[in-house]
Amino acid sequence: MPPQTLFEKIWDAHLVHDEPEQPSIIYIDLHLVHEVTSAQAFDGLRMADRPVRRTDLTIATADHNTPTWELTRPVVDEISIKQLEALTKNCEEFGVTLYDRFSPYQGIVHIIGPDLGYTQPGKTVVCGDSHTATHGALGAFAIGIGTSEVEHVLATQTLRQFKPNTMEVRINGELPAGVSPKDVILGIIGRIGVNGGVGHVIEYTGEAIRSMSMDGRMTVCNMSIEGGARAGMVAPDQTTFDYLRGRRFAPQGKDFDEAVEGWKTLPTDQGAKFDRLVEIESSSLEPFVTWGINPGMVIPVTSRVPDPASYSDPNEREVAERALQYMGLEPDTPMEEVKIDRVFIGACTNARLEDLRAAAEVVKGKKAHPDVYSMVVPGSALIKQQAEEEGLDRIFTDAGFDWRVAGCSMCLGMNPDILEVGQRCASTSNRNFENRQGKGGRTHLVSPAMAAAAGIAGHFVDIREWS
Amino acid sequence: MDPFVKLTGVAAPLDRVNVDTDQIIPAVHLKSIERTGFGKHLFEPWRFNANGSPVPDFVLNKPAYSNASVLVAGRNFGCGSSREHAPWALSDYGIKCVIAPSFADIFFSNCFQNGLLPLALPEEQVREILDHATANPGVELTVDLEGQRVWSEDEKISITFEVDSARRHALLNGLDNIGLTLEHEDKISAFESSRGL
Ligand code: SF4
Repeated sequence: MPPQTLFEKIWDAHLVHDEPEQPSIIYIDLHLVHEVTSAQAFDGLRMADRPVRRTDLTIATADHNTPTWELTRPVVDEISIKQLEALTKNCEEFGVTLYDRFSPYQGIVHIIGPDLGYTQPGKTVVCGDSHTATHGALGAFAIGIGTSEVEHVLATQTLRQFKPNTMEVRINGELPAGVSPKDVILGIIGRIGVNGGVGHVIEYTGEAIRSMSMDGRMTVCNMSIEGGARAGMVAPDQTTFDYLRGRRFAPQGKDFDEAVEGWKTLPTDQGAKFDRLVEIESSSLEPFVTWGINPGMVIPVTSRVPDPASYSDPNEREVAERALQYMGLEPDTPMEEVKIDRVFIGACTNARLEDLRAAAEVVKGKKAHPDVYSMVVPGSALIKQQAEEEGLDRIFTDAGFDWRVAGCSMCLGMNPDILEVGQRCASTSNRNFENRQGKGGRTHLVSPAMAAAAGIAGHFVDIREWS
Repeated sequence: MDPFVKLTGVAAPLDRVNVDTDQIIPAVHLKSIERTGFGKHLFEPWRFNANGSPVPDFVLNKPAYSNASVLVAGRNFGCGSSREHAPWALSDYGIKCVIAPSFADIFFSNCFQNGLLPLALPEEQVREILDHATANPGVELTVDLEGQRVWSEDEKISITFEVDSARRHALLNGLDNIGLTLEHEDKISAFESSRGL
């Protein structure tokens, strides 16, 4: 057998059917479902009189449109209520496990999968959501799919896919102090561009990735789609096994040890070939901030807003001009002088315990800037509980930051948490598209520590200088 | 699924790169549990002012282009979210074909599930079509998936293309993927039992 990559091993192990010039049919081990992209899929099943093939491999939660206010306060938006009710009804009718707004296991779909131990090395994972790549951090092949494909997986437990190409993104050397996993992925996207990974599955390798925690690896894999990639993955190792041991739905006891033996065979073999290689030196990475309207428009916090006039390509110039106009920024302004109105610490990129700890450490004993409204939204009910046990909530609330109930929150402008027109936000989410956080809102993507510091200072600051 | 065979209609030039799904259909409109009705919100952030009045400069608000059925745009069209509401919104508005130099992966495959053709052509050819559609407001293009050619009535544009055979076949025939996969039901079951699933 020729040497294989992690991705190829998982792909081959899941091939149900293959024929030339047709998409392959691959088996899906875990299907995560949420309220926004599933209703029409369940309707399709109903119309064709088809059952959900494997209810035991299908898990649902409500996260996108749920408000993050206290659970005692009901959802008020009528269309949201309908969508949430549809999910409940569909899960009941088809026999799918649902962690609804009140469940102790509720949370952002990409946070609960790993957190509860559903996501495991070597699995194929799908969800009707583009940030499914997050699960790849555990050594799974995890991809986002559309609603028709959700219906397809519900009905057949398989997916039709053309085999993607592979790309290795290698981060050499230890990360410099103050450079977080979020900065790593922003740096990668700044380098390869927002469509640099189209058609590819990325495997992140190198010393910086190996020494990263699982929470950090998930942050990196989460934004693979922002570089256009089909999926992102990290080979499982001791860090992965230690993370999974004892999790609620992971194998337990002897079964776990046996599973680990299998997982150890997954990492890419020596000599296996990727279709592309991108190498980045850790020493070139810094704390980053996005200045524009896609995640590729990114600069170190210590530099200045780019001047479109300096771009030689007229198309690029026009794009940059439009981005600056939308963002309300003047060319050449030092990024550290840019004042903000809001801080959002949350989303499937950065709402895990480690993210909350990093933000809390910055905030501890300080007071929020009087002109800035900051909110912290844990990624799941369990993470919220753990954070509260550690007293993180008190650190935030003492500083004047708002502490919320788990959900997607202000990541996408679909629940009550939104930016007002013209408001500028330091956000730990993954998309700074125009209007993403609310119509006319201006998003700057940063790490949790950088977002927290901006909430105290009222403007962006270099976290390496923070005391 | 509706088939896509051949289409003649107005081509609207949207000369922007990285048109993302949040512009095609903002999340606030993803709450509906239907597949229809999204067309009125298509490109809402660019098409309408905050008070709901149309932005006169936006291409689909110009009378010559308002009934477009072909959209011509810059590279990496459809990047961002997996929301199938994006092709639903385009299709509900009446746009059945998007021509661009490249597409984001998930958007691309979502189109094929909905009888919408995402046609990737070389950058120079897309530029040619963009310029032609801009200089001749309301010009009609014919997109023929069977014959794999795009042309304008005056034949100023005439471009042949290739779409991979499996996707083309599925679109031409409006095939139901689930039905196709279930023809391999025995293999799925065999896979499950061999893995002890
Ligand atoms: S947190 Fe944001 S990116 Fe993540 S699943 Fe929710 S809406 Fe999508």
